[in-house]
Amino acid sequence: MALALKKKTEAGVGVARDEEAGQSWFQDLLGRVGQFWTLGILVLLIVLFGTIAPTMYTQAAWNSTSGYAVEYLILAIGETFVILTGGIDLAVGATMGFSGMAGALVMQHLIGANGGHQALASVLGIGTMLVAGMAIGMVNGLIITKMKIPPFIVTLGTMTAIMGGTDLLNNGGEVTSLSNFMNTLGSSTFAGGWLNYPVVVALLASVVASLYLTRTRFGMRTFSIGSNEIAARRAGINVDRHLIRIYMISGLMSGIAAVVVTAALASANATTGTANDNLYAIASVIIGGASIFGGRGTILGTFIGTSIIAVLETGLVLANVAPFWQQVAIGLIIVSAVAIDRVRVKAGTD
Amino acid sequence: MTESESGGVRPPGAPIIEAKGISKQWGSVHALHQVDFNVYPGEVVGLVGDNGAGKSTLINIIAGALHPTTGSIYINGKEVNLKSPTEARDAGIETVYQDLALAPDLAIWANLFLGREIVKGGILKWFGWLDRKAMIERAVSDLERTQIRIASVGQRVGRLSGGQRQAVAVGRAVAWGSHVVLMDEPTAALGVEQQARVAELIRTVAGNGVPVVLISHNLPQVHEVCDRIVVLFRGRIVAEVSPKDTSIDQIVSYITGSSLPTPSGAAAATAE
Repeated sequence: MALALKKKTEAGVGVARDEEAGQSWFQDLLGRVGQFWTLGILVLLIVLFGTIAPTMYTQAAWNSTSGYAVEYLILAIGETFVILTGGIDLAVGATMGFSGMAGALVMQHLIGANGGHQALASVLGIGTMLVAGMAIGMVNGLIITKMKIPPFIVTLGTMTAIMGGTDLLNNGGEVTSLSNFMNTLGSSTFAGGWLNYPVVVALLASVVASLYLTRTRFGMRTFSIGSNEIAARRAGINVDRHLIRIYMISGLMSGIAAVVVTAALASANATTGTANDNLYAIASVIIGGASIFGGRGTILGTFIGTSIIAVLETGLVLANVAPFWQQVAIGLIIVSAVAIDRVRVKAGTD
Repeated sequence: MTESESGGVRPPGAPIIEAKGISKQWGSVHALHQVDFNVYPGEVVGLVGDNGAGKSTLINIIAGALHPTTGSIYINGKEVNLKSPTEARDAGIETVYQDLALAPDLAIWANLFLGREIVKGGILKWFGWLDRKAMIERAVSDLERTQIRIASVGQRVGRLSGGQRQAVAVGRAVAWGSHVVLMDEPTAALGVEQQARVAELIRTVAGNGVPVVLISHNLPQVHEVCDRIVVLFRGRIVAEVSPKDTSIDQIVSYITGSSLPTPSGAAAATAE
């Protein structure tokens, strides 16, 4: 009986690696390097920018980089859940903007002119941001599953509508009277100025999301839906309900990003989340090695993908390169990520 | 139809699964017409017929994927109303689908337990925390029991060969199917050696007491593996024979409708 339990190959639910017999050393190399090549790119970029502009290794550069990274990372975590099921959420940025504005207006109203209900304003304001995000996610999920409209179309529609909604909430204006707690959340630093609450929130979210995806029933089913939806249905999984929850998680992450970004900017702005945010969230997931067709991907990969984008954002500025090059560079990395993944998968399977 | 009318083809004892008077109609199309189909403990039943004869319709009704227009299904003598494949599975009816229904990105053990995951107890249960160790161990022993040879249950299914995938799908059905395992063309995509291995597996399963219903176009295999062969023709059962005293050519003639079994046979009565 050749059946044996190999501890080595128990890695992850959806990402188990295994040593296949009969592969050439070249295929083997591609199969192995493929998993880590994005980490190599990240290290390379940090070294490259550090050589050109030594200020790359200063606290100021770190704070700038982590500032970008935190927002993209939180959005990209939600996007990872969606992409793992084979879907896509184009509305993560717009949802963040809308939730932030809605919560900030609640705070503004409760604080009033004389700085009134601080605690209530914090709780209800933050609560509004999270609930608004989840509600938008639920609407996306319901339309996608019940009306059977592709996620791309649905979230393209909600993205556009929500951006308009954000402007309508406050006539396109800005809200700056936030609760004291929000201002503390956004401005305090610790560990000698190297850490702040947004970074902690983003790291915590990454760990929780990673455990949730690889260690729980929900995570396993998420991979299975993206891998073979029919198989998931035949296994008795309520795929529609699962997908609605997935889009709600994505919405919740947009809500968390709204809290963090509003706190960091000390204001809610109608233009928040209307730029490249959603594209960078998707790009982070894809650069991180997830398959756009679902079934494959990791939070660690998304983390690396986000870091690459954030390092490019700071590094190109420090290296005195016109910021427009940033988008060119990210675009090239996205395409190479998918191209290399293709070769890797071809080499690694069947 | 009674035992004596079936010409002694059926094993003695009470059937595990009984489908009585099953008809399925789509508009004016009669896919199945008053079909009686029983499955007895430990037997391998072949279900054969030309395309459109009603094999898949009958299997899908037993698997809970379709609802009969008329007729009822009994498990161990108790009438059941299978509203979905999930209900059928809960009732101990497992199906191996032609497309295998495996998630290629998941490990073998995860595919075996998909939809029926073992979770840890205590507070971790609330989070749906997987008990991987328990599932991996059970996957190993389940596959061992069916004598399926796979290097590691931690392998992704996408990395397996066609035959190995087939084995995983069959192994899953066997591990969970307490009453019957339905197999729809289980060897269609396989090479000769792998076909033989699946045939062996089917015999092992039936040998453990769980009956197998085998739908296949591969008549030599059906003839070799099955204890009993039921022939469908245009939605009716036209023959129910033992491969021991029926040649493949005879079965082919029943399938094509060019001849019917001798009057002593069960089916003649139904077909007339």
